[in-house]
Amino acid sequence: MVNTKVNLCGIDLENPVIPASGTFGFGYEFAELYDINCLGTFSFKGTTLEPRFGNPTPRIAECTSGMINAVGLQNPGVEKVISEELPKLAKCFHKPVMANVSGFSVDAYAETCRLLDTQDQVGWLEVNISCPNVHGGGMSFGTDPAQAAIVTKAVKEVTKKPVIIKLSPNVTDIVAIAKACEEAGADGISLINTLLGMRIDLKIKKPIIANKMGGFSGSAIFPVAVRMVYQVSQAVNIPVVGMGGVSTAKDVIEMMLAGATAVEVGAANLVNPCACRDIINDLPKVMKQYGIKDLNDIIGGAH
Amino acid sequence: MVQAIYTIQENTALTELVYKMVLEGDTSALTAPGQFVNIQLEGKFLRRPISVCDFDESTITLLYKVVGEGTEQMAHMTVGQTLDVLVGLGNGFDTAKSGDTPVLIGGGVGVPPMYNLCKKLLKEGKSVQVILGFNTKNEIFYEDEFKALGATVYVATADGSYGTKGFVTDVLKNLNYTYFYTCGPMPMFKAIETTVVTSGQYSFEERMGCGFGACMGCSCKTKYGNKRICREGPVLEREEVIW
Repeated sequence: MVNTKVNLCGIDLENPVIPASGTFGFGYEFAELYDINCLGTFSFKGTTLEPRFGNPTPRIAECTSGMINAVGLQNPGVEKVISEELPKLAKCFHKPVMANVSGFSVDAYAETCRLLDTQDQVGWLEVNISCPNVHGGGMSFGTDPAQAAIVTKAVKEVTKKPVIIKLSPNVTDIVAIAKACEEAGADGISLINTLLGMRIDLKIKKPIIANKMGGFSGSAIFPVAVRMVYQVSQAVNIPVVGMGGVSTAKDVIEMMLAGATAVEVGAANLVNPCACRDIINDLPKVMKQYGIKDLNDIIGGAH
Repeated sequence: MVQAIYTIQENTALTELVYKMVLEGDTSALTAPGQFVNIQLEGKFLRRPISVCDFDESTITLLYKVVGEGTEQMAHMTVGQTLDVLVGLGNGFDTAKSGDTPVLIGGGVGVPPMYNLCKKLLKEGKSVQVILGFNTKNEIFYEDEFKALGATVYVATADGSYGTKGFVTDVLKNLNYTYFYTCGPMPMFKAIETTVVTSGQYSFEERMGCGFGACMGCSCKTKYGNKRICREGPVLEREEVIW
């Protein structure tokens, strides 16, 4: 018998596998295909204070071993998430869920988190700070340690549940930002969000995506993610959730060796809707293959 | 929705760029004409969404046009090879509202989903008229197949090399019908919208991420709220479309 159980910010996970926000909706599309209670947890669709339609289409472009998306945080807004999505989710998922939150001002982040913090179903708040600050000239909160700290502090002041700050890789020094979040009271760090990318359609000679640029994800970004998880987890004393291009049980183990306590799986869910179930099923076998008895023994093992 | 492995029974060219592929496997998730499948191809990250032309208890027929690397790869596949396919995606056409004499309008690669729809409407005892639109004579496919089902078939070619010279709307304006169903390019939809005199259903196309409603990559605004082309679509009712 191997042990796949880990503890993320005080809450036990049966296994470290977590579908990443934006690739798993609110769970029910996947619950049609398999029992999603096999998951450690999942991070639900990025929620904002107000409803958002998001960007114009096309929002998706394919890349070698990956994809670009510019969905633009389409979501029904926090009120409807609480009144409609969470009750529906309760029918097919019986574990604490990770609430993913985005915002375009410090106040909006804090208020959205405060409302979700009151929900029993919510285990963790995962705060995506890759969004532009509408009061700060559109610069992303996640690109400046001081701004990242302000969001972290504001959210921590109004919540009781563990707060995990999700970092953007599109920065010069991700370690400095992670440290700033830790000092501001973050309970955990998750990384990496997508890498800014672009594809151009040779026929029309213009960007494929209506928004021109979008977030690059998929197996192609895995080495970048492993490197950043390795760097950040060495620099902070709070748990790190690793993500970026994870699509197999081996990738999960590699991410944990890099320093991740839990691992999110994103784009892989869109290609193989049963990806997370398959990874969870494979994990004990792959652990044995590499002589791993307990996943907790390998967290940061490559440091 | 079902994810399963399907075996290629047939993969033949109908025209220079349009191919017919017949897949054998589980078809239980197909519930309506106008649904689509999402095919995983070796070396490609995202799946390829292709509309279902026809299906029965054990086979799915797809007619696809070679438009890029993915469909090019499909064209080179041979009988006996297998594909990982998500089947039974999208809402499909609703035949309940058709009335007695519906018209089906397919333009180019919008023709395939009309076939199973035509079959179903005829089975329900309706008198079906079909308008097929192509650029030129060499691009025409499935005219005989629609005729063999028992529909009244009209063909329009933009260059006048076969059938009515002009667009599907040049045929449509002279017909009497109770309802319409259509699939094809956006310029054709816009022309239809200014020509049709009844209610109907449009089947839309959009670049998709997952094809089953998870990524929100193919959302559109409708008069009835936001919809995902892959999930609440691809078929939308005329009354809800925002042009």
